[in-house]
Amino acid sequence: MNEVNLSCPVPRPADDFVLLAHGGGGKLTNQLIERIFLPAFACAPLEARHDGASLNFNGQRLAFTTDSYVVRPLVFPGGTIGDLAVNGTVNDLAMCGARPLYLSAGFILEEGLPMATLRAVVESMRAAAARAGVQLVTGDTKVVDKGKGDGVFINTAGIGVVEAGKEISPGAVRAGDAIIVSGDLGAHGVAILSVREGLEFDAPVESDTAPLWEPVHALFEAGIAVDCLRDLTRGGLSSALNEIASAARVGMEISEREVPVREAVRGACEILGLDPLYVANEGRFVAFVAEQDAGRALDVLRQFPVCRDAARIGVVTGSPAGMVTLESRIGGRRVLDMLSGEQLPRIC
Amino acid sequence: MKFLDEYRDSATADQLARSIRKTVRRPWTLMEVCGGQTHTIVKSGLLDLLPSEISLVHGPGCPVCVTPVELIDRSIAIAALPQTIFCSFGDMLRVPGSSKSLLDVKAAGADVRIVYSPLDGLKLARANPSREVVFFAVGFETTAPANAMAVWQAEREGIRNFSVLVAHVLVPPAMEAILSSPNCRIQGFLAAGHVCTVMGWEEYEPISRRWHVPIVVTGFEPLDLLEGVQMSVAQLESGRAEVENQYRRAVKREGNRPAQQRIAEVFEVAPRKWRGIGEIPSSGLRLRERYRAFDALERFHVGVESVEEPSECIAGLVLQGLKKPFECPAFGTRCTPETPLGAPMVSSEGACAAYYLYGRHKHERSESELPRAASRG
Amino acid sequence: MCLAIPGKVVSVVEEAGLGLRRGKVDFGGVQKEICLAYTPEAAVGDYVLVHVGFALSVVDPEEAQKIFDTLTEMQRLEELESTADLTESGP
Repeated sequence: MNEVNLSCPVPRPADDFVLLAHGGGGKLTNQLIERIFLPAFACAPLEARHDGASLNFNGQRLAFTTDSYVVRPLVFPGGTIGDLAVNGTVNDLAMCGARPLYLSAGFILEEGLPMATLRAVVESMRAAAARAGVQLVTGDTKVVDKGKGDGVFINTAGIGVVEAGKEISPGAVRAGDAIIVSGDLGAHGVAILSVREGLEFDAPVESDTAPLWEPVHALFEAGIAVDCLRDLTRGGLSSALNEIASAARVGMEISEREVPVREAVRGACEILGLDPLYVANEGRFVAFVAEQDAGRALDVLRQFPVCRDAARIGVVTGSPAGMVTLESRIGGRRVLDMLSGEQLPRIC
Repeated sequence: MKFLDEYRDSATADQLARSIRKTVRRPWTLMEVCGGQTHTIVKSGLLDLLPSEISLVHGPGCPVCVTPVELIDRSIAIAALPQTIFCSFGDMLRVPGSSKSLLDVKAAGADVRIVYSPLDGLKLARANPSREVVFFAVGFETTAPANAMAVWQAEREGIRNFSVLVAHVLVPPAMEAILSSPNCRIQGFLAAGHVCTVMGWEEYEPISRRWHVPIVVTGFEPLDLLEGVQMSVAQLESGRAEVENQYRRAVKREGNRPAQQRIAEVFEVAPRKWRGIGEIPSSGLRLRERYRAFDALERFHVGVESVEEPSECIAGLVLQGLKKPFECPAFGTRCTPETPLGAPMVSSEGACAAYYLYGRHKHERSESELPRAASRG
Repeated sequence: MCLAIPGKVVSVVEEAGLGLRRGKVDFGGVQKEICLAYTPEAAVGDYVLVHVGFALSVVDPEEAQKIFDTLTEMQRLEELESTADLTESGP
């Protein structure tokens, strides 16, 4: 055999420029937050590293959150960027245990955007806000040159009143807590891919975008001891679990068999070589509840169509801290790691 | 999903695992050739079901990992040209060349697109007549029929603005290269099942005879891999060395003749450099004379200066199955999926990334905490 | 190179121009247009293994079933053996 060449090139560093992966919701996004944003803006609410900030205001507890929406395409099966912009922020507030009340909306529009598209987006926001019981009370509009935006970018910020009786955050998570997922996973990511050029397929899969305050509120009303809530977005279930395991310094054990995924979503993921545990959602959350309340929590959630497939998927363990392990369908074990960059379709 | 779910059934997996435990008497080292098989093994935690006598080594069956640095550099140079739309399978986007990856050059503004099929590249060419569409034709024999068809169609339809950057590699020469290494410890192979749906298994028979090694054509689901291991171990324990077919539902001995014909029409065998291993004669494909006009390297004269500096990366040893990823001093510390030192850590089914993502907890926990195969079933 | 998924052929079109067959293949409810040129024998209702938009092989349902039949048989034999052991070691 010929001479074996054992050298490999030295890689280029990842921190000279912002990469698309920095927006993926996984490790690189967290790096950006830890290295650039947190040091600059350090304060207690930010240190909690939760979806929204919990603030004391004249004896009232308020929740305050913001999110930006840059999805492409703007319109997809089951919704538009407008639905995401309303529901996403409504849900961040719900995850703080807060009743969502008021939203702001900032629009960055690209020159040349068809007015009909803008109307469609705005109409979906109106309908989503009505469904979620929130009012859009203030906003702003800017227009950028053609080529400098993806049609529409939307930022929404939201305010809500905290109704949860106890602290709801990663800090409250305890070993022994049951891990519950509110419904089937991956529908949003698949819906988006199904209309993206080069990856399109005929999929009867619509985005799962939906407001989640009602089922969350029902859990509080039923007296369920909820320790933490997190809505699943980019990076899927795996990112949410890893972030919380890391923030709470706990371990987690998940059973792959228990994770609900509908067949069409599975089919699409199989073709593209994607793992549903990493695919984006927009109307699903994970809840950490006291073990003794797990059964009742599922009963409460399953009353709501959006949580019809709620399931208990695992348990919080004491250690190893920050590590999420998964038992596969055939009973083997592996680490369910945080995504490194975006999950890309593969052929191999 | 039919013909998928049944092959992930846990009761059947336990049964196969028991059957392996009953058959095995001595330690054996097997290699699964294909990256997709490595992916399944690690993702399903298959090693937890195998007795400790069986050692599974991950082979170079990851076209991403073995694509030469110069070719990655050229792909980046071509993608950076203003008139090109560079399309590729997702796998290739994160692999570092000498200094950059396709994802980096996309971040800098190049039109780089992920496609599912080479025919999507052809569609882009028809829809964008004023742009040059270039498709990164990587893969083993499994992908060759698809890439061949895209070029064949482009030629018949007279699509002028389409070309391919060919990086095809062939499995049997790689297996022979591994077997001929003086340090080779591999005693049996799980051959790449999907490569064999195209090529059949005729070409493995002389290899099995020459080196006296069992070669079992194996599928990609957990039950397939377990059955493949079981068949290999049965051969080894009884001193047999032949080619057997585990993936019977998909593979015939002669393979797929129409696909082979189209490959032979469009491509010819050529020497190919394998990243981490070196040049292996007759181990790659290139476009035949008639289709040379579609070769992106002929169409775009891009000068690249590829640098291969010595580094800590032992990809060559890992790809040949001579070392396991966790035996590398940089594994998990200086070399991680975010800061890869070499291709097997970047590609999601490269041996190193697969181990890092799915298997590293085994080396961080004590023996007593691990689930024990012996106590199951 | 490795990722090929089984799907059910739901429709077939014989293309007039270059004579290439194509069809819609269903994967658990999701459908994609797939090139069937390399599986001229694939008919509606058959399952094919699909890789990057091409069917490479028709799945043989009898062969697919064999591993389960063999294991069921093995299980039956194991049970027979253990019952025989119990009877032999009787009072």
